[in-house]
Amino acid sequence: MEFKEKLISSHLAFEEDFNLNDSVHQVRAAALKVFEEKGFPSKKEEAWKYTSLDALLQKDYALYPRSENSIHVNDVKKYFLYDTDTYKVIFIDGVYSPFLSNTTHDGLDVCLMSAALSKPKYKELINTYFNKIAPEDDSLTALNTSYAKEGAYIYIPKSVVAEKPIEIIHFSSGNENALWLQPRNLIVVDQNAHVQIIERHQSLKEHPVVTNCVTEIYVHQDAFLDYYKLQNDLLSASLIDNTYIVQEQKSHASVHTFSLGGKLTRNNLRFFHKGEHILSTLKGVTILHEKQHVDHTTLVHHAQPNCESHQDYKGIFSERSEGVFNGQILVDKIAQKTNAFQQNNNILLDDKATVNTKPQLEIFADDVKCSHGCTIGQLDEEALFYLRSRGIPKKEAKALMTYAFANNVLESVQLPSLKKRINGQIAKKLGVNLGFEL
Amino acid sequence: MAYTEEELKKELETKEYEYGFYTDIESDTFPSGLNKDVVRSISKKKNEPEWMTEWRLKAFETWSAMKEPDWANVQYVKPDLQAISYYSAPKSKPKYDSLDQVDPELLKTFKKLGISIDEQKKLSGVAVDIVMDSVSVATTFKDTLAKKGIIFCSISEAIKEHPELVKKYMGSVVPPSDNYYAGLNSAVFTDGSFCYIPKGVRCPMELSTYFRINQAGTGQFERTLVIADKNSYVSYLEGCTAPSRDENQLHAAVVELIALDDAEIKYSTVQNWFPGDKEGKGGVFNFVTKRGICHDRSKISWTQVETGSAVTWKYPSCILKGDHSVGEFYSIAVTNNYQQADTGTKMIHLGQNTKSTIISKGISAGKSQNSYRGLVQVGSRAKNARNFSQCDSLLMGNDCGAHTFPYIEAKNNSAQIEHEATTSKIGEDQIFYCNQRGIDTEKAIALIVNGFSKEVLNKLPMEFAVEAQKLLEISLEGSVG
Repeated sequence: MEFKEKLISSHLAFEEDFNLNDSVHQVRAAALKVFEEKGFPSKKEEAWKYTSLDALLQKDYALYPRSENSIHVNDVKKYFLYDTDTYKVIFIDGVYSPFLSNTTHDGLDVCLMSAALSKPKYKELINTYFNKIAPEDDSLTALNTSYAKEGAYIYIPKSVVAEKPIEIIHFSSGNENALWLQPRNLIVVDQNAHVQIIERHQSLKEHPVVTNCVTEIYVHQDAFLDYYKLQNDLLSASLIDNTYIVQEQKSHASVHTFSLGGKLTRNNLRFFHKGEHILSTLKGVTILHEKQHVDHTTLVHHAQPNCESHQDYKGIFSERSEGVFNGQILVDKIAQKTNAFQQNNNILLDDKATVNTKPQLEIFADDVKCSHGCTIGQLDEEALFYLRSRGIPKKEAKALMTYAFANNVLESVQLPSLKKRINGQIAKKLGVNLGFEL
Repeated sequence: MAYTEEELKKELETKEYEYGFYTDIESDTFPSGLNKDVVRSISKKKNEPEWMTEWRLKAFETWSAMKEPDWANVQYVKPDLQAISYYSAPKSKPKYDSLDQVDPELLKTFKKLGISIDEQKKLSGVAVDIVMDSVSVATTFKDTLAKKGIIFCSISEAIKEHPELVKKYMGSVVPPSDNYYAGLNSAVFTDGSFCYIPKGVRCPMELSTYFRINQAGTGQFERTLVIADKNSYVSYLEGCTAPSRDENQLHAAVVELIALDDAEIKYSTVQNWFPGDKEGKGGVFNFVTKRGICHDRSKISWTQVETGSAVTWKYPSCILKGDHSVGEFYSIAVTNNYQQADTGTKMIHLGQNTKSTIISKGISAGKSQNSYRGLVQVGSRAKNARNFSQCDSLLMGNDCGAHTFPYIEAKNNSAQIEHEATTSKIGEDQIFYCNQRGIDTEKAIALIVNGFSKEVLNKLPMEFAVEAQKLLEISLEGSVG
């Protein structure tokens, strides 16, 4: 594969910026070896059975942007959740944009991965946390690790509540023909701390861009993490998102993924439990059209007793879109009293739309409550008729029902303005204006 | 009801085994190993026509290029296929001289199942005088079928007598290139059954390999072909509840069902091969390919009770090719000690208005692993396809595992697919309730397990259902401590 060769040979140039004896750099070198050996995943691998990267890999992507790109704030303002009231870590074509960002070191760290990786004062933290949970044998994660340089670094110290949500936004300016981005984020939520994070990838012009993103998150004892992934990119952009979360006892972590756009999106979301009484929530709404493809691959590894996990993914697919759900619950032998729940509901609106779903349970403990449910179907004709008989036009009735279908997931969104925004986007996606706030 | 389950049970317990066995006495055994010459010799030995030999050789070539798959959730030492002898005549000398030499454990099981002395002897390999009236029973049996025009014979006989049917259908559902073990089977199969139900005929009795007249016992590489012509019906039973001790470690059977327009095939299996001892040593590897094809308005129903074998790897499937066709799969898989089972089904919806139902119950105890692996696929032209799947697992003890791997692929927007799975253990309160009413724990568990599997047991033909119920109890014996 040509692009693979390019990635491997370009690594030499990438290395020039670093001290080769540095421990972080040794991690990079080891990861490159893994990628060199494994290459890009093919459809023959079970985990990639329904998602093919072949079409994406045909292009020759630039690995570094040619020049610094600046964007005017007014062009991108609409992508921000709030104008001022959030911490922001913003990147343009993979390069940090100090002008658009709003970082802090006051009480909590919201800053850059590049700083964390190079400055001595972060050395200990990086040694403890960097690349510790990302699986070593995953080729795309290894590829990201080998090029790990920039991204968001967030540290919430003990008992600190981040009073503002944090937005991580990656823009691609479209000044390159084709761009391959590899951001690397590290988030540590220390004991009893509390944080809300919104992550987004957005291209500003129709041009091929592929983002292979890795995020490692540590949620310590009694901590609380609320993470939102907003995927509403242009049809030329693809995203491979790998998020790995470790939870310690009595912590809560929830991840909401809203996949409304993009050409090909693959979400690898994995939870590892390291203590008891943990609650994990994974929810997602996927609304696709044209030839979009979204793949949700989740894993919740219950390794300790008395933990709970909830998964709820809803998908609505029209035109020629393809949805994949590959959820896995793994319950170890010692993880008694586990309560794991997994649900995946899909609606197919058009003839050519496809859903492939594979909800898996692997259970080695006997005193557990594990269940999964999965459906593929259509909107209920009778309910539709009921609404129409009350004077609601067909299109609006359909939209209402679709909205109701997705509402389970939206209900648990904790940020009101985010909820409003997503509601608006869903309404837009369904092509209706209901004249009232959904 | 005049005839209760209790009475039937009694009858089964007291009834003598009517049908006897046929023992073929021949002395030669092929040297172990597999190559083209061996395939040719098997074919020659069976006096097969040229086209069959060719078919086998082609299958052998296809198989040679294949690799043994390892995606299933089972672990075992791969059998050395070169160390097996591919043709051996049945032993003419009995293993034991009297029942006293047989493993008492085995005898105890026989007794519980209500198997007659003669049958016990046969099953455990003791010298036996064949029950004499079997000849007359066999004849009446054959007469009834012949009158209806039903062909029921061994596959070797069918190859000679009905080449047009065999040629047309063999390999049409499970081609030799399908998978590794199907390929191997196609090249070297020596035994099996063939059944053809003519147009518009309803087979008056349950056909069973157990009762088949000519060839006794199950071969290592069995090949079954059942063809139900237009508007016909057949219920076919395979296997038997009695534990069979078989020397062959590897069993790779192929079963093909063809249901032509408006036909219905009901295929029930009870499998109780030697699962290995308590430490998991020995035991049969059961790698079976079973698949049926449904034409317009036809129906195929698979029912299976799997309690034996050290490693089970099988997925009875339905290809719903015809419009309005129906596929059903009911399964109970029980694993105990070190048994491993990776079983499930595939429902391939191709025609319009097709329906499928999957009910799978997995019970794991001891140190066993039990997996359900299923595929529901709806093609882009399969309008109004409907599927309902339910997979429940029951765990007993904390050394066992239950796994569910459902694959659901829908390419049509009119498809309605539901899948649900649960995993749980037997509630302590349930057992307590039974104890309180004077039912001991072991019996209570049997009761609860029976209730858990009722949905599937109900689908079995009557005479099988009672035995299967008892079998479940026995399989789980001692699993609670």
